Amino acid sequence: MTANLKHALFCAFITLIISYPILGFDLKGRGTSVALEGVDISTSIGVLLAVVIVFVFQLYRDTIMGSVRQLPAINPLANREPMEQSKRLKLESILLTLMVIGAVIWPFIASRGAVDLATLVLIYIMLALGLNVVVGLAGLLDLGYVAFYAVGAYSFALLSQYFGISFWFALPIGAGLAALFGLVLGFPVLRLRGDYLAIVTLGFGEIIRILLNNMTSLTGGPNGIGGIPDPTLFGMEFSRLIKEEGNTSFHETFGIAYSGEHKVIFLYLIALVLAVITAVAIRRLMRMPVGRAWEALREDEIAAKSLGLSRTAVKLSAFTIGAFFAGFAGTVFASKQGFISPESFVFLESAIILAIVVLGGMGSQMGVILAAIAVTILPELAREFSEYRMLIFGAAMVLMMVWRPQGLMPMRRIHIELKRQE
Amino acid sequence: MQDFLYFLQQLINGLTIGSTYALIAIGYTMVYGIIGMINFAHGEIYMIGAYTALIAITGLAALGIAWLPLVLIVALICAMIVSSSMGWAVERVAYRPVRGKHRLIPLISAIGMSIFLQNYVHLAQGSRNVGFPDLIEGGFRFGAADSFQTSISYMQITIFITTLVCMTVLSLFISRSRIGRACRAVSQDLGMANLLGIDTNRIISATFVIGAALAAVAGLLLGMYYGSIDPLFGFIAGLKAFTAAVLGGIGSIPGAMLGGLILGVAESMTSGYLSGEYKDVVSFGLLILILLFKPTGLLGKPEVEKI
Repeated sequence: MTANLKHALFCAFITLIISYPILGFDLKGRGTSVALEGVDISTSIGVLLAVVIVFVFQLYRDTIMGSVRQLPAINPLANREPMEQSKRLKLESILLTLMVIGAVIWPFIASRGAVDLATLVLIYIMLALGLNVVVGLAGLLDLGYVAFYAVGAYSFALLSQYFGISFWFALPIGAGLAALFGLVLGFPVLRLRGDYLAIVTLGFGEIIRILLNNMTSLTGGPNGIGGIPDPTLFGMEFSRLIKEEGNTSFHETFGIAYSGEHKVIFLYLIALVLAVITAVAIRRLMRMPVGRAWEALREDEIAAKSLGLSRTAVKLSAFTIGAFFAGFAGTVFASKQGFISPESFVFLESAIILAIVVLGGMGSQMGVILAAIAVTILPELAREFSEYRMLIFGAAMVLMMVWRPQGLMPMRRIHIELKRQE
Repeated sequence: MQDFLYFLQQLINGLTIGSTYALIAIGYTMVYGIIGMINFAHGEIYMIGAYTALIAITGLAALGIAWLPLVLIVALICAMIVSSSMGWAVERVAYRPVRGKHRLIPLISAIGMSIFLQNYVHLAQGSRNVGFPDLIEGGFRFGAADSFQTSISYMQITIFITTLVCMTVLSLFISRSRIGRACRAVSQDLGMANLLGIDTNRIISATFVIGAALAAVAGLLLGMYYGSIDPLFGFIAGLKAFTAAVLGGIGSIPGAMLGGLILGVAESMTSGYLSGEYKDVVSFGLLILILLFKPTGLLGKPEVEKI
């Protein structure tokens, strides 16, 4: 008890030190000088409360942790027999089909804002599924993933600005260019060990952003590029007046009244189709030899190499495919926003996508999709807490790694179960 | 002559920045040397050090204490205490539970911690940058009065001297003291050190505390040098310092010092002769090149991959 008491006192004291100076005083800039202001009493009470909680927790640490361990698992499924594989697969595919059907119906029942948000969710799903290949399956920590997203978005914006290329042509070009960037970057850096790779990709992402910011004559610098065209449906535009020669407009062709919603819904459906393509393509790839090679390399590099896998080729394929889907997402993002600037491609964006993958469960497609939905929608629902969004993100990432590094819905590999012979 | 003076000015500026990078880089390199993880939140700890120092300085000014050495020393001590506690707490909460798991797990945990700390200060102190009072003014000037003059400000001299003192103390501490010896032993072989009765958990905590304290010193110095701080300024500085650590050979303390100086000079030469906007590109480019061609850095030992 005395040892605990000493430790508890120490922890409580440390809590006080790390919270009070930063929370308890407010620096106010007044012109060129700064003044210090104490903050209101509630913050001090909060700090005190935190100190007391830490003290009590550390004092009775053993008892608390012991009783937590004895509690029946919070997850009611934990004690159940693991579901049979075929049944689980069936359930998963039914669930996925239901989700897709729901997603198709969604724009016709929801408001315009909700559809717009759903498009964003789909873009994040594409990004997260792409990053899932790199981080979750191949085990390469890529902190500069947003660079490929930027390449996709900017190639569409620039192509349409300088060459008047439409969305449908820019889509494969943008994705292809992003993949090419992935290939070119990946080739030298994939020899590096995990954490070095993370930092190099982070540096690469920053370099791309700085270049976009400073090559003002080409990219418009911090002002970004505007006037990115909307996608067309077989030459039918979704605007009230036709912008381009030779195009017809959607509402006139079908003889319906013009509505701004058509465009939003159309964009949503494009994003949906692309997201489904992404999910299906990656699902197929996972079962192909290359997908197995990714996982083999993640699990044990030396063993995989000794079995004749080319480390560079396998890693490079994962990196390139991940970049490809980021380019996809980037193109859709550019046409959704109609305007892009380097602001949208900061490191935090990479961290958010990574957080989605980590929260969902690295490697697990279902988990990643659900996490993407949750991470994008929750801050919208809890608007009054929106400033705490990133704080909670950071904390959630740490807690997830400490308690459940495999994610909310861990990946389960397809495997053969041998029947016991009686 | 003019060109030479200009070059000299860039060199001095570069060495000033570089020596503070070196201070931050030591935190990275010591932690990496012992537990082999990148402490991503180290830049945030440096930022918190700078904020605490500013709070202490303005607090003392409000109390009417203006004797410069006292103000600086009190600010330094406050910053070091808060940063070290933060370093200790971060290790305890976010790193110790995931130690020994797969390589990516501590790194992701560290990124989460970094985001958390950034937003913690952001929420408490606002996102706008706050001005750091210019406490040490004036300096020496060289060169003819009608042409370009090389100047060394007293601030730069303070930075040099403080860094030098810190480095010397650290070197002595690592080579002479009991904890320093234990640190070296743990970094060579953690398991063996544990068997020989070294409390490795305590030593790992100690490295975090030492690294954080040095980062706090850098926070105070760079805050005064740049003249303003904001919650995001730890991120880039942390990345630069990490580059410095890798450049010198991660895990090696003299390497971190050398790497910091080289990086600082490279940066100031870029902004002096090319354009200030590209200095970040140069330092990240340098990082990528080093990792590609000499991943062990200048003074690092090659790492043997064991099966």
